[in-house]
Amino acid sequence: MPQVNMTVNGKSASGQIEGRTLLVEFLRETLGLTGTHVGCDTSQCGACVVHVDGKAVKACTMFAAEAEGAEVLTIESMAAPDGTLNTIQQAFQDHHGLQCGFCTPGMVMSAAALLKENPKPTEAEVRDYLEGNICRCTGYHNIVKAILAASGQDVSAIAAE
Amino acid sequence: MYAFDIERPTTIGDAVSALGHEEAQALGGGQTLIPTLKQRLAAPAKLVSLTGISEMKGICTADDGKLCIGGGTCHADVAAGAGAYPALADLAGHIGDPAVRNRGTIGGSLANNDPSACYPSAVLGSGATVITSNREIAADDFFDGMFTTALEDGEIITEVRFPVPEKASYQKFEQPASRFALVGVFVAKYPDGVRVAVTGASEGGVFRWSEAEAALSANFAPEAIEGLSVDGSGMISDLHGSGDYRAHLVAVMTRRAVAAAH
Repeated sequence: MPQVNMTVNGKSASGQIEGRTLLVEFLRETLGLTGTHVGCDTSQCGACVVHVDGKAVKACTMFAAEAEGAEVLTIESMAAPDGTLNTIQQAFQDHHGLQCGFCTPGMVMSAAALLKENPKPTEAEVRDYLEGNICRCTGYHNIVKAILAASGQDVSAIAAE
Repeated sequence: MYAFDIERPTTIGDAVSALGHEEAQALGGGQTLIPTLKQRLAAPAKLVSLTGISEMKGICTADDGKLCIGGGTCHADVAAGAGAYPALADLAGHIGDPAVRNRGTIGGSLANNDPSACYPSAVLGSGATVITSNREIAADDFFDGMFTTALEDGEIITEVRFPVPEKASYQKFEQPASRFALVGVFVAKYPDGVRVAVTGASEGGVFRWSEAEAALSANFAPEAIEGLSVDGSGMISDLHGSGDYRAHLVAVMTRRAVAAAH
């Protein structure tokens, strides 16, 4: 089997793969990084969003071989080594931006990509950016609120807690 | 997925060589092909990934003023970098979702020629030229029916050249579940006439609405196509909309595109 080499969360990672090995399979099964979830496996739901060379992508719809030489960031990169949550994760906790939590890794990684491109998004821009991230608990309101809060904007006027 | 080998060449020449293998298949951004492979609807022996070919990525303006987009350029890069052709940048920025736009490519979309894809309408509506690994193909000769193009086995779309119109707009009526175009209309006004290309609607894939083109070339205003209609009999009919409904939407979205053109 061919070998693939990439950098994942700042560390070099390599492994034997098949041609058909998906990036998400390599992350979860070879590297044991199970924070990245597989929801639909059809590139609809966004639970598997990771960053590849700084861009949000759906890790279920990219082959591991295509990430050769790439810099990959997963949800495991977000908190500090001592477990301190980063700003976006903390905002999700503060504003109840998760219910069952299954979609949360993808939501946080999409939010991080959005805030890198657009540090002060409007509510409409946040909702638009999350088009490819589905929360089947339908907890969108507090997810959007958490992302706005993480951007440093006042969310006190947004009603539901 | 069935098993296959995957190669990732770094030049167009190496990709063409790799595609010479029997049962080899080119892989663009994979946003359609990977789901297709998962469904076991395709069984290539070898995939040739085009994402490592830097000479196929990027946007520039040619000496003749045409906007040139590398076949491996992703939708997000077109949305951000095709400011010289705002309607095209806007179209690219509304395909799929942000993560899909970071992978999916213009060349991949055109080679697949999904009847509901956005890009074919821009290419046909602009009278663009599709540059491949061995020739140039005019848009009017490229699209050959649903999921069918003039591309031959092993031929790669390396670039697309768009003449920039005076005004243009793409208006998409989204199918609310998939967000693909139930009907999308690309209207572009050039000094020598108006082109109108329709996606999502026809069983024959993207097509030009020539009656509307003639009317709009005489008078570029939404009311110029009042009374014109397309025949619903050749339109896609499914649970999302009947053929007649799609035919009706073609005229509505054409008027909206004319009104929005800038």
